[in-house]
This record gives sequence, C-alpha cells and structure tokens, in this order.
Amino acid sequence: MKINWYYFASPATFFRLAGWVAPWMFAAAAILAAAGLYVGFVVAPTDAQQGEVYRVIFIHVPAAWMSMFIYFVMSCYCALSLTFNTRVGAMMARALAPTGAMFTFVALWTGAFWGRPTWGTYWAWDARMTSELVLLFLYFGFIALGNAFEDPRRGDRASALLALIGIVNLPIIYFSVKWWNTLHQGSSVSFRGTSMHVAMLWGMLLMAFACWAYAIGASMTRVRAIIIERERRTNWVRALVGARA
Amino acid sequence: MSAAVEPVPVTAVRGSFGGGFAWSFGRDLTLALRHPGETMLVVAFFVLVASLFPLGVGAEPQLLQRIGPGVIWVCALLAAFLSLPTLFATDYADGSLEQMQLSPHPMAAWVSGKIAAHWVASGLPLTVLSPLLGLQYGLQADTLGALALALLLGTPTLSLLGAACTALALGARGGGMLLALLALPLFVPVLIFGAGAAEAQAAGLTAAPHFSILGAALILAVMGLPFAVCTAVRIALD
Repeated sequence: MKINWYYFASPATFFRLAGWVAPWMFAAAAILAAAGLYVGFVVAPTDAQQGEVYRVIFIHVPAAWMSMFIYFVMSCYCALSLTFNTRVGAMMARALAPTGAMFTFVALWTGAFWGRPTWGTYWAWDARMTSELVLLFLYFGFIALGNAFEDPRRGDRASALLALIGIVNLPIIYFSVKWWNTLHQGSSVSFRGTSMHVAMLWGMLLMAFACWAYAIGASMTRVRAIIIERERRTNWVRALVGARA
Repeated sequence: MSAAVEPVPVTAVRGSFGGGFAWSFGRDLTLALRHPGETMLVVAFFVLVASLFPLGVGAEPQLLQRIGPGVIWVCALLAAFLSLPTLFATDYADGSLEQMQLSPHPMAAWVSGKIAAHWVASGLPLTVLSPLLGLQYGLQADTLGALALALLLGTPTLSLLGAACTALALGARGGGMLLALLALPLFVPVLIFGAGAAEAQAAGLTAAPHFSILGAALILAVMGLPFAVCTAVRIALD
C-alpha cells in the first residue's frame, strides 16, 4: 500500500484527522491517568528514604519528559515548515507550544514541592532547574514572537527559526545531571534497567503515557482552532460553518 | 559649447566573502564613530549600573569581591542587549537592508561584518573597561585578568546570539520587551560560564575549563549563527 504523505499536509484534511484523533486521545489519557494514579497511590510501596512524599514522581517525571519531548517535536515541525514551507507544520508547532509550556511549568512547580521536604528548599540554582527554567522562557519567547506580527505566516517562520536556535538547550537539560554534579539526582530509569521498585516504574510509565495522550489530544484540539481561524476565508470552512449553523 | 559628459566606466563588482565583510564592517564602524554619543551611551550604561550595586547592597569589601564578577557580567550582558537595535532595526526602517540584500556579496559576509562591527562598538569597550570596574569591586589582579579574558571570549557570542534575535524581531510588535524575552534566555549559558571563570580564579581554582567552554561556544556560534541571522533577515525582508 502506498501512503500519500501529502494528503494530510492540507489543512482541510488535517482538520478532519485532528477532529477524529483528539477524543480518542483524551479518553486514553483519562484511562491511563486513572490507572497510573491507582498504581501510584495504592499499589506502589512507600519509599524507604523519602516516605510518602516521593509520590510526586508520578507527575514530576512525566511532565519533565514531556516538556523536553514536546520541544523536540515542535522543532521538528518548525524545520518541516521552514524547509518545505508547509502550513500545517507551522500550525502544529504553534499548537504544541502552550502544552509544552504548561508541562514545563508543572515540572518546575512539582519539583519545588518535592524539593522542599527532601532537600529543604523550594528552589536551588542547580543546572537542571536553571536549564528547565530557560526552556520555559524559550516556550514563552516562541509564543510571543509568533503572535508579534500582523501576518501570521511571518510569525510562523520567525518563531520556527527561534525554536531551532533554542534547541541547543535540550541536550543541556538532558545531560545536566551528568555534566554537573549538583543537587538534582540522576536518572533512575534507562533502557538497560532501573533502580526503582517495579510498581513505581509502572505508575510512572502509565502517567507518562497519560501525559503523552493528553498532549496529543490538547494540541490536536488547538490546531483545529488555529486551522479554522487561518482558513476562515476558504470555501470548505464556510461550507462547514454553514452546515453547522 | 557644452562639455561632453564622460560616460562613467561601469565595473562589475565581483561578490566575495572578504569584500562583503570588509564593506559592512567598515560602514557600520564608521557609523558608530560618527555617532559617538550612542556608542558612549552603552559604555556609560555599563559603568553606571555596575556602580549602582555597591550603593544598593552595601560596600563591604568581602561582599563586593564575592559578587563583583557576576555583577560585571550581568551589566555587560544588559549593555550588549540594549545596543542590539542599532544592528539591523535602523537599516530595516530606512530600507538600507533591502539594498544590501541586492549586493553581489554573499549575505553571510555582510551580515558577519555588521555583527563584528557591533561587537567592536559595544563588546570590546566593555571588555577593556572591565578591569577598571573590577578594581572598584576590589578584585585581585589574577581575577581581573580572568574576568577580562572571559568577557573577550564571551561578548562576541552575545553579539552573535543577539543579532539572531534582533533580526527575528524586525518589524514585530512589542519591541524591546519581546527582544528581552528572546535574547536573555539564550544569553544564560554564556553568563554562567563567563562569571564562573572569574569566580573559579578568585576561589584559587583554574579558570581554564570555563575558557575552553566559552571558546567552544564562540566557535560554534561563529560557524552557525551568521547563517541563522541571514535566514532571519530574509524572513523579515520577504
């Protein structure tokens, strides 16, 4: 079977695809989050050193993963939109940015509440925290630059280039716990194995998949709004709105 | 009897990297020298803000020695940031930038020349002045040297990163605040390693790793960022 990759490059067809995907993803997010929270709060044992407070991990780590991964996906869409001048790519990048910023904020916020009882401080100017904070500002800069022009296409291209310049921050965040020996601990999970209890790992993975599904659902819903707004003068949007009215 | 008009011989200008670089470097530097007020404003701002800190936090010698390198770096960063609009915005406003785009020289050449001129007019004076400010903070001689060397390696990176951000923000609403949101987060790594160099020296350690990282960042920035700036200018002129 030959897949026509250009089919979904048209806003009209992508709009329908996004509308079909979003509810499924939100449903998957709800189910996975319920399962993840059950495992996290009921099944997973109390940590020997930290007590109950370690359960912040079930939202902190997935949010931190998503904050970096969404930026990476966003930059891929930006590269796509800059090199091939695709409209949907730029719209997807714009739709992903607020979700990424939200996850970055959640990672910082939950990290502060985890740090207070365990490290004795809400915030330390540690390499990983600082670079995560810079990531939050990169998301804000991306959103602000995209909205700063009269012509949305101009905003698309300028913010896409900014996202590509800012991607140097990603390896710095990822490797910060290896390069600098600071307060934030290293990773407990790798492809070669884990230093965690198996129920803790499952709770974390379920929550990570829930965040993943939520991110896809939220960005698909947002991209539909962006497509409708940008394409409001086209016949298919008029036909759609006319059919609804 | 009217004098015949001599036809001006038309010589085609051959585009070259060196020619483009030298032309825009000379032009922007001449402009900076013809408006010495603007150039001096950057330096005055740098000295003034650095002098405010001892008045604000108290003039205890040990405290000043401790915060000196960091404060001077933050001031240099802000001064470099505040001088960014002169880099492209005025040329964009009066249409010169479009004319330059028509020049036979490669775009990366004259863009690099402009950035180099920006550094000579803003980063270099700050580097030269930094030991003087360091003396106000009571820094030791070797710390002063580390501070100046770190600024020498770091401020060109700031000019390059800032050039990319100011080119991206050409014609955008929200002017200075938007530029701050774009540029300052990207300046953070340079600030960390730049200030770290002088602090390591002051603590009796070697500053060499910091210099290596600053140098590596500068090499990467010189190789990559002029092309990003070109793309940003092309987006702006579209």
